[in-house]
Amino acid sequence: MKYTRITLSLITVGLLAACSSSPSTEGQSGATVEDRPSGAASSGVDSNRVVPVDANGAGGKSAYPELKDPKNILSKRSVLFDYDSYVIKDEYRSLVEAHAKFLTSHPSVKMLIQGNTDERGSREYNLALGQKRSDAVKKALTLLGVSESQLESVSLGEEKPSCSDASEACWSANRRGDMLYSGEF
Amino acid sequence: MNPRILTFLRGTATACALALASSLAQAQLSIEITGAGTNRMPVAIASFEGEQTLPRAVTDVVRADLERSGLFKMVELGPSPMGADAPPDFGRVRSRGADAFAVGTVAPSGSGRYQVQFRLFDAAKQVSLGGQAMVMAPNQYRTTGHRIADFIYEKLTGEPGVFSTRIAYVLKSGQRYELQIADADGSNAQTALASKEPIISPAWSPDGSRLAYVSFEAKKPVVYVHSLATGQRNVAANFKGSNSAPAWSPDGRRLAVVLTKDGQSQLYSVNADGSGVQRLASSSGIDTEPAWSTDGWIYFTSDRGGSPQIYRVPAGGGDAQRVSFEGSYNVSPRPSPDGKSLVYVARNGGRFQVTLLDLNSRQTQILTDSAKDESPSFAPNGRMVLYATEVGGRGVLAAVSSDGRVKQRLSVQSGDVREPAWGPQPRN
Repeated sequence: MKYTRITLSLITVGLLAACSSSPSTEGQSGATVEDRPSGAASSGVDSNRVVPVDANGAGGKSAYPELKDPKNILSKRSVLFDYDSYVIKDEYRSLVEAHAKFLTSHPSVKMLIQGNTDERGSREYNLALGQKRSDAVKKALTLLGVSESQLESVSLGEEKPSCSDASEACWSANRRGDMLYSGEF
Repeated sequence: MNPRILTFLRGTATACALALASSLAQAQLSIEITGAGTNRMPVAIASFEGEQTLPRAVTDVVRADLERSGLFKMVELGPSPMGADAPPDFGRVRSRGADAFAVGTVAPSGSGRYQVQFRLFDAAKQVSLGGQAMVMAPNQYRTTGHRIADFIYEKLTGEPGVFSTRIAYVLKSGQRYELQIADADGSNAQTALASKEPIISPAWSPDGSRLAYVSFEAKKPVVYVHSLATGQRNVAANFKGSNSAPAWSPDGRRLAVVLTKDGQSQLYSVNADGSGVQRLASSSGIDTEPAWSTDGWIYFTSDRGGSPQIYRVPAGGGDAQRVSFEGSYNVSPRPSPDGKSLVYVARNGGRFQVTLLDLNSRQTQILTDSAKDESPSFAPNGRMVLYATEVGGRGVLAAVSSDGRVKQRLSVQSGDVREPAWGPQPRN
């Protein structure tokens, strides 16, 4: 594929910081088991009891101020894609190159690339389409020399829209790849 | 069973059951019936002797369940209760126009518990259709009512009721996501998981004790398996990349999942504890939304042919077969419990609609008149399909009978409800 030409034609890039993981079970990240106090179920109707779990975790902070400096191109993290397209547009070439350069000069830094779609259609199918966008960003970065081990491409599908109106302007803002660095995800 | 009733029911063609719905002040979900069968069978549920001592009458629950099924029309018998042991007053019931009726008695059985006894009668033939006795705590009147409704439904239609089942769905309020479990009538909603990040694709284990789902709490999609009674959960799939679309095998031991660890979204299976990953199918496109049928197939969505369509592979391995051919967007397949039909979402023009495909005749039927349908799933008796749609810009749940006639809507006061999954029959 024409990645190099494409180079950046659209896309959203997410950054990644992937975390990743010490493979535990066959390449899986942390198959942790959480034990919660169980409110047990006795019999009959009571076994229908549901114990609530809170999944809210904590975020982190980046050690690299240039990533947050609004005057630095590295503070820009999104690549937008055309409708039904998974190709990075040329206008994002310099952005992706800047992130590639940062990653190659900071080999311990990881990036999580999150692909996104607009809201139309099946959530799971959109999740798969968003993956094509994050994969496009990841591919562009690796072609620019970034080690694959620094990158993880994932999809948020239609679940995290940056804009929530049912309009083309909004949908195009949501066809996006976002790049997150270590400490940001 | 009474041939008259049978004939009647076959005639109505609205066989369906189910009920999302209604009721209690505490319920966050409220139900609205938006379509019912045309020839509903007149049925009377007499007030049970002694039930006024309960927090709420068991028979209120029974009547609401049967009414919501769209198959029955409730006939009033007046306030005086009819006990389970007294000889039934057939004349009084017939004069009100009921074809069948139930009577019952609630009496203390010691230790603060109650025995509930009821009997069902064919009013025309003046014969008993059976009855049951059960012991319950006073606060179990809803569960007892659902069981009685299931008994009556099965006796009168010949098919199991689903009033005692539960549903799972995701409630989004602002930036808060809650995975909730409610009774099939929408009451008794409980939160199993709360998160600031999205939760999608809940899937019930065949025994109803666990849910698999996708949570984005780690800033990426990860598949978890969650035991509802204890809150204990484990990661079932967290490979590099995205992990999504869990579907249980019929024996409850394995999960089909979609992983991107080797490139594009592809089908794999893992044990429920995350071990033993295996590839299920491979293609050069996207494969996703697997669903295991009870007759040995795994249905899924794939764009290997250019547009997203439904395919299936033998669960034990083999070549994929294309299943959907009409249109350019057919997704989210779910086989019926008997494996004879398939429900999925088809795009027609710009509308996404729940569609039923008869796998033998190849006939398709659009079941809804809405435009943003998602995530259909069958009730365990195959008579109703629960799905998500949008009304007035808000996410709501809706149910439609598999013949398209009976329709219900389930919504909350504020917030979006989405990603429904109908649970299995409870195992007692």
